[in-house]
Amino acid sequence: MTQTIETPTTGTATTAGARTHAREQHGKTVDTMRFVPAASAPQHLLAGMPDGASPTWAESLAFGRYTTMALARGTRIRLTDTAGDACVHTLLYRTGALHERLNLADTVKVPWQAYPATGHPLLSDAGRLMATIVADTSSRHDALTGATTLAGNTARYGAGTVHSASPAARELLTLGALKNGLGTRDVAPSLSLFKGVTVDPAGSITFTGSAGPGAAVELLLQMDAVLVLANTAHPLDARRDFTGSAVDITAWHAPQDLAELEAGRLAGPLSPEHLQALRNTEHDLTARDAR
Amino acid sequence: MNTVTSTRPDAAETALAAGTVILDEFVEARGPWSAVVAAGDVLTIVDLEGNQAVDCLLYAAADTTVRYSAPATIAAQQSIVLTTGSVLRADTGAPLMTVVADEVGVHDTIGGACSQESNTLRYGQHTREQHACVENFLIEGSRWGLGKRDLVSNINWFMNVPVDPDGALGIVDGLSAPGKRVALRAEVDTLVLVSNCPQVNNPCNGFNPTPVRMIVTRPEAAL
Repeated sequence: MTQTIETPTTGTATTAGARTHAREQHGKTVDTMRFVPAASAPQHLLAGMPDGASPTWAESLAFGRYTTMALARGTRIRLTDTAGDACVHTLLYRTGALHERLNLADTVKVPWQAYPATGHPLLSDAGRLMATIVADTSSRHDALTGATTLAGNTARYGAGTVHSASPAARELLTLGALKNGLGTRDVAPSLSLFKGVTVDPAGSITFTGSAGPGAAVELLLQMDAVLVLANTAHPLDARRDFTGSAVDITAWHAPQDLAELEAGRLAGPLSPEHLQALRNTEHDLTARDAR
Repeated sequence: MNTVTSTRPDAAETALAAGTVILDEFVEARGPWSAVVAAGDVLTIVDLEGNQAVDCLLYAAADTTVRYSAPATIAAQQSIVLTTGSVLRADTGAPLMTVVADEVGVHDTIGGACSQESNTLRYGQHTREQHACVENFLIEGSRWGLGKRDLVSNINWFMNVPVDPDGALGIVDGLSAPGKRVALRAEVDTLVLVSNCPQVNNPCNGFNPTPVRMIVTRPEAAL
């Protein structure tokens, strides 16, 4: 984390002094922060968007921190592992009906594929397409081993609370869920981006780590959704110290991509299961006149 | 509950753990089941007719927010295979139950549960009306105050889900057989929530859902 506490340049013994001191802090930037408005973000976050697109979310999320954003259908979200050591634990909930959420078992079983990569659908527990991975230069992701825990991080690093130097993913995800009016019971198994695992024929899991600096993943939201992201260590990361790097996040409206996805021109031809999930989402939106 | 008490064949002899029989129930084909298994007791699940997927979730009876976590279980043992020695862990990482005996060798915990909704994706819209495991989990869980938010990735006893080198995975023909058993020791008082899988569109039940038997034994030393 890059936040530092500066010595006040004015006295803070009075309300006027305290107010002046507080206001003097406005306008500063640090390496890891959400930029509001998004267009004020530094160039490395805004580069690579299509011509004419304007950013709706630009944030560099520190390692050991979490963030949550509600985003509209048709939003394209790019996550970039700039320094090559991020691990983004990911949950998705449907806006306005938060009981509907990412179901990772269906997300691997339905497309008959354990390793998420370009073209992989992210499915809700109601048989609907929440998002599609429409670009991916990492291919090191993990839908199987989930989040680090308070007890696990305490044993490994000496601490795992959200206020410690080594927060556990489940603690951070729970906080993100709470911020959206949810609770512990709503924190289902999470998808980890940028740190991978493989399964051998006997079923054993091998941690494959990072694909290296600069890898990026792009999601296209099929429905209005709330993202909860925690950037913190992977449960099978064997390094003794709590180690990782920030993840850069940029999102923009790309509603035209929805038709391209369905037509098979964005992430390749959709599998029958993927297409059916897309149609279940469209059916719901049509029924609610919510398109 | 849709269960029938039986004493034949002998429950104590059928159980994989010695002790006093304190529960012996049959779960109807396609039906739900639940019970609290006290710490130290052993639940033997009998696949009476062979290749019957038994979808299963676990909750600490004292606090159902402490519930089975497939990812925590997989991460801790660095394997997706459940068999003898597998510790079935909660989201917190704490052990809920341990597999203490297994006559099959492979049980699944990545394939999740069938639902009416996911059936539409896998098999077509005409299968939405078919009864499914999530329906069993919900109606049976509601008896314990559980709801939709309490349902997470589950265990599938007697179900076989291999992962190929390219990541392809799927529910394939089972490795179980009539009478095969698996036994779980409760490490804490554990609510065991079961759906005796009604799926008929894949081989998880041999395309023929059948009953299973649940026997809980208490080691003599504990009495």
